[in-house]
Amino acid sequence: MDFKDTAEEAAFRKEVRAWLKANRPKKKELEGLGGIEQAKLWQKRKYDAGWACITWPKEYGGRGASPIENVIWNQEESRYDLPQGVFSIGQGMAAPTLMMWASDEDKARFLPKLASGEEIWCQLFSEPAGGSDLAALRTRAVKDGDEWVINGQKIWTSGAHYSDYGILVLRTDPSVPKHKGLTYFWIDMRAPGMEIKPIRQISGDSNFNEVYFTDVRVSDSQRLGAEGQGWQVALTTLMNERASIGAGGGSVGVDSIYKLAKEVEIDGKPAIRDPAVRAKLADWYCQESGLKYTSWRTLSALSRGETPGPENSIGKLVGAPKAQDMASFAIDLQEMAGAIRDPKLSEAAAMYQETYMAIPGLRIAGGTDEIMANIIAERVLGLPQDVRVDKGIPFSEVPTGS
Amino acid sequence: MNFEFSEEQNLLREQAQGFLKDNSPPAAARRVLDSGADYDEGLWQKIVDMGWTATVIPEEYGGLGLSYLELCVIAEELGRAVAPVPFSSSVYLATEAILMAGTDAQKEEWLPKLAAGDVIGTLAMSEGAGRPTARSLECEVKDGKLSGTKIPVPDAGIASVAVVLAKSGKRASLYLVELDQGSKTAFKPVNTLDPTRGHGQIRFKNAKAELLGKAGKGMDLLDALLDRAAVLFAWEQVGGAQAALEQAKEYAMGRYAFGRPIASYQAIKHKLANMYVKNTLARSNCYYGAWALNTDADELPLAAATARVSAIQAYYFASKENIQTHGGMGYTWEFDCQFYYRRSKLLSVAIGSEAMWQDRLIDAYEEHAA
Ligand SMILES: Cc1cc2nc3c(=O)[nH]c(=O)nc-3n(C[C@H](O)[C@H](O)[C@H](O)COP(=O)(O)OP(=O)(O)OC[C@H]3O[C@@H](n4cnc5c(N)ncnc54)[C@H](O)[C@@H]3O)c2cc1C
Repeated sequence: MDFKDTAEEAAFRKEVRAWLKANRPKKKELEGLGGIEQAKLWQKRKYDAGWACITWPKEYGGRGASPIENVIWNQEESRYDLPQGVFSIGQGMAAPTLMMWASDEDKARFLPKLASGEEIWCQLFSEPAGGSDLAALRTRAVKDGDEWVINGQKIWTSGAHYSDYGILVLRTDPSVPKHKGLTYFWIDMRAPGMEIKPIRQISGDSNFNEVYFTDVRVSDSQRLGAEGQGWQVALTTLMNERASIGAGGGSVGVDSIYKLAKEVEIDGKPAIRDPAVRAKLADWYCQESGLKYTSWRTLSALSRGETPGPENSIGKLVGAPKAQDMASFAIDLQEMAGAIRDPKLSEAAAMYQETYMAIPGLRIAGGTDEIMANIIAERVLGLPQDVRVDKGIPFSEVPTGS
Repeated sequence: MNFEFSEEQNLLREQAQGFLKDNSPPAAARRVLDSGADYDEGLWQKIVDMGWTATVIPEEYGGLGLSYLELCVIAEELGRAVAPVPFSSSVYLATEAILMAGTDAQKEEWLPKLAAGDVIGTLAMSEGAGRPTARSLECEVKDGKLSGTKIPVPDAGIASVAVVLAKSGKRASLYLVELDQGSKTAFKPVNTLDPTRGHGQIRFKNAKAELLGKAGKGMDLLDALLDRAAVLFAWEQVGGAQAALEQAKEYAMGRYAFGRPIASYQAIKHKLANMYVKNTLARSNCYYGAWALNTDADELPLAAATARVSAIQAYYFASKENIQTHGGMGYTWEFDCQFYYRRSKLLSVAIGSEAMWQDRLIDAYEEHAA
């Protein structure tokens, strides 16, 4: 056990640091660009220099770096406030699924463009009738020669409006039990017959969408995995989703709240001197540190080439509620002024208020807290599954609420 | 970076687990509980024979000269087994204090005996409710003679030597005090929440006391000692918390209600998932603490407090919810759930409470951030 860099790791860190220092986009370059353009600019620059998706094989645009090198890269990159975010679904979920299930031709076609950020992907999984119970999805694909014809609706599709491609799970056979009748595809988001309608979130933003399919045609060559094997392929995506959706909460953490607690006062003394404040911060520090070292420990498994296991559910399950509580606490520390949500007037450019409004979504997206706890109970601890009234029944006969 | 124990260390874990399964089953703790004994003497002797008390003591003092990582492995297994032995007092506290602050002569005198298990050592810190400070201490040393009362002192009834926190003038110092000084070191047993570990009161009256470390530096030395001990205590706590989770799981799988195992009810599943989460975070923090202790890293105060706070919380949670998972059975004397519940609280306050360590954590964080 050694938490310090080895000589090679230290050398790698030095190289990363030097490159980041010289190449990170300057304020001026980003001026006037929208969020996505900023992210694309930075991603392409990394890609051109061989610093994008560094753990991927060279042939797909990576540099074949080890998981530990990836940790070092992330540590160093996160020291700067750089534009990111829009690539996480494509690089974190679609790409590992493509690597495992796509043809060599598709891999060569899509992976480098995913790494370079030139193409953005979204995830078309959830439906009005299939969220936590994803396998209850209903959008139909019917085979027609060497094509499939799709009809139905997806919902909550983050980034559908700016994505080039999507990963998609569809019902191809309603006459068999629900997990057996699914098939997995990739799709061009500009395919005729698709309609994307934004949904407004409680934060006021509209980052997710409804996506309607009317006789949309995809080629059978866009299928990933066999017909009826869609659930298994989806699990590859979901496992990687758990690993790639981090704790969330952005910059809200012990460091930021510590700074705030030094500035604001309770009874004429800095809040940080208040034992109740210290106790809370200590607990959050324990969670932050515990998550960090838990993820470091799972690296060993990753370095042996294993798929991230269900243990990774812990990151979101702990991180998202923690970020919510911390944002809430930071708002409380500001007393009445905490209610102000205005980047010009609020502490830290309204970071706490923005996080407060964004986090409820993170506790739901990518598997709710409750589903994460189920996964730990069943897949990690080996406890029995819940009684399932739909087990073994043809999908078309399963009871529904609508 | 390398975040795993070595193969040899894992082998040691396997051996320790096997040994404790045979020699420290819950029945061993129960015998101590029912008999009112201070410890399981036979088990202690076997532990000594295996050299565990000598783990980190350098070879020149009769030790094995192994690293703290080995000691962490042993600590976790002792915690898992809720072993009724004075290991923490003698090894994490007395031995560490002497290793840290002792003169060559003191090391020569005590370390070989502690390594060989010829003597048991302990730390006498508490004088009743509240955290001791230099100002609050009543125990005082004048002209090399200690007077005052310490309560509770772990393993006071079986220890031959104690590291005692006492004031000298206005400031506190640490002292080495032999406990066989007759009426000058009068011992009385004290009943605690966890009778599987003996505790007592010691009333010192002009007892001979030898300075340990620099005069007047008692609080600093104690802080440094507790940082080291906190990592080892935390590993014991994580071991206990894991055992409580496993016991809860086993029971929940076998117990049926309303026609199905209670382990299939979500309230129980989420309870156990929650235990797992807390245990995992605590364990990961313990890894960091183990590394910091082993390399004497600057981060030790922060890493130790982090490991300690999360281990206190994980063990308390697992031990109480383990009883809850067992229903009425969990509340019976016959069932073993009580051992974890008792031990978790004992260890929570053993070297300063959760609140104290939360405070120390933020102190260390501030120092680190500065
Ligand atoms: C911000 C955001 C972004 C998203 N982005 C995407 C995306 O890009 N692509 C995509 O495909 N989907 C996306 N989603 C959808 C997301 O995956 C689903 O919302 C989520 O899986 C929950 O499904 P649901 O909304 O249907 O809620 P439901 O499944 O109806 O859940 C409602 C409540 O019931 C609970 N519940 C359900 N089943 C159980 C159970 N078995 N045990 C205990 N409790 C249970 C849930 O925990 C929850 O509290 C996004 C969601 C959000 C909020």
